[in-house]
Amino acid sequence: MYRYDEFDETFVRERVAEFRGQVARRLSGELSEEQFKPLRLMNGVYLQLHAYMLRVAIPYGTLSARQMRQLAMIARKYDKGYGHFTTRQNIQYNWPALIDVPDILDDLADVEMHSIQTSGNCIRNVTSDPYAGAAANETDDPRIWAEVIRQWSSQHPEFSFLPRKFKIAVTASDKDRAAIKVHDIGLRLYRNEDGERGFQVFVGGGLGRTPYIGERIREFLPERQLLSYLEAIMRVYNRYGRRDNKFKARIKILVSSDPDDFRRLVEEEWAKSDREKLNGPLDELLRVRRFFEPPKYENIPQTCNSLDAARARNDEFDRWVRNNVSDHRMAGYAIVNVSLKPIGKAPGDISAEAMETVADIAERYSFDEIRATHEQNLCLPHVRKADLFDVWRALDSARLATANIGLASDIIACPGLDYCDLANARSIPVAARIAERFADSDEADGIGELKIKISGCINACGHHHAGHIGILGVDKKGEEFYQITLGGSGGEDASIGEITGRSFSSSEVVDAVERLVTFYKENRTVGERFLDLYRRLGPAPFKETLYGDAAH
Amino acid sequence: MKAITANRLSDGVVVYVDAHGALVERFGDAQLFDADEADEALVRILERKGAIASAYLIDADAAGPTGRGALRETIRKSGPTVRRDLGKQAELTDERV
Repeated sequence: MYRYDEFDETFVRERVAEFRGQVARRLSGELSEEQFKPLRLMNGVYLQLHAYMLRVAIPYGTLSARQMRQLAMIARKYDKGYGHFTTRQNIQYNWPALIDVPDILDDLADVEMHSIQTSGNCIRNVTSDPYAGAAANETDDPRIWAEVIRQWSSQHPEFSFLPRKFKIAVTASDKDRAAIKVHDIGLRLYRNEDGERGFQVFVGGGLGRTPYIGERIREFLPERQLLSYLEAIMRVYNRYGRRDNKFKARIKILVSSDPDDFRRLVEEEWAKSDREKLNGPLDELLRVRRFFEPPKYENIPQTCNSLDAARARNDEFDRWVRNNVSDHRMAGYAIVNVSLKPIGKAPGDISAEAMETVADIAERYSFDEIRATHEQNLCLPHVRKADLFDVWRALDSARLATANIGLASDIIACPGLDYCDLANARSIPVAARIAERFADSDEADGIGELKIKISGCINACGHHHAGHIGILGVDKKGEEFYQITLGGSGGEDASIGEITGRSFSSSEVVDAVERLVTFYKENRTVGERFLDLYRRLGPAPFKETLYGDAAH
Repeated sequence: MKAITANRLSDGVVVYVDAHGALVERFGDAQLFDADEADEALVRILERKGAIASAYLIDADAAGPTGRGALRETIRKSGPTVRRDLGKQAELTDERV
């Protein structure tokens, strides 16, 4: 993985020192809250319901064991013994004291981490495929390109004061595990018919109060042109993106108003730009490729007799392998998904002890690599099949072996009104009750892939628009209600969920979800997912299932 | 009736204003104001910029927050409903907290 050079190190340390001074000036009263707020946000510090919240960047979701241990140490020393993995492959602490934040940032800098550009109207942490470097049929390791974009976009003088926040996701696979089409810019690296590598470029995707699937504004961008093309997009956005209305300021509003015109503007900007000026630095930036060399895999056979035998004698292990383990590009290896969704608990939360367990396992069994996923789980990308049983037992000892990846209880949920200052309703208790309803492993396996996503307000941090079943918390005269959307997807078949009708009370919503699932089970064909059935039948029968005769 | 709530600057902890104008952590110690008094008291608290990050009025009676924001303010007063071991609810046993 990428290691800081002396410039990175110096920059991050100086930034911590600068923030330490700003905190001191705020505490002394020299700075008002109005003056201080943008400064703390630039360093990832929010004020939530109970306390401050610190968001820490995990570039493209990649962590080492050393970094994970440091996150555990911070959770224990400065917080309440846990952290929360987010839908942007970051981690948040929910209880830090402002007076401790400079020390936390120094401790993060010790392991080459920081909170810069995790808030504010700038280019945020670049996200990527958690299976990067491990997935079969990948065109390249997308983290190389994510790191190039990270370096280009960090403290970019021209793009540090955009109309609104800006999120970029990169994949190099046909299977989209990075939700690229619901990002401001989504990039898919692939080879064209001539065997050349380049990017498919999507712009203007996003969730929030006005969700859009990104427009494909370029079918093939030669990889060497990446930065000059990104710069052209950012310039057009910076020039024409609205600044008069926060709710109309994301690039999706600009793109959706006239996608062809946006494409033309970008192409014109690109044509007149000095592409070579950025192609040179790209060559320099691509030296980062050496940090992403594959680990030294052993030459081992694809089949593993000890694994097969362990699966045959242990049903729970067999279920975990079936649901949580994915194919690796190398013979004899596997990708292990670590569920942070134990039944009834907050999605994405992990204790300091569990972080250390993951760190130990990663160091021993996965070439010291851990990934955070945008679905609020973790991933150990390079595990020998022969080690899977030992890894499962170690994970199970820390309650990290729930065999529910992609199933009904693998729910994305934002912190909601239990923590968040913006929320209108709670998300986590609804997620917990739905997970409990579908806790029976056989039943959950029988339902198959089902992506339920819950947001506590219209800002959609829980990605409800992209859920097969999406749930949005709303406030009705001080009471929590939940609106259901159906048919969303954040994958390669991305779509925005459609609102079904009137919202459900907190006591009704879990039953409503169960009715939908029952309808699905009764009407599906062999191999048909919930999403497939919805797309085949359309919304009408699902609305009838939810609302009965009132649907008409 | 109204109470004044704030987040303490140094650590973000939820606080209330008591009868002496002091910032206190327990809702049970919070002063309840009539609407007119509440606005004046809030102005005085907002002047203490070095002590608080934010402050505002909430509807409340002696039992706790009331009105449309009751759920949000009850969660602030007690802690996350999904983690009874966290927040003020974990630190104090008085149910009125």
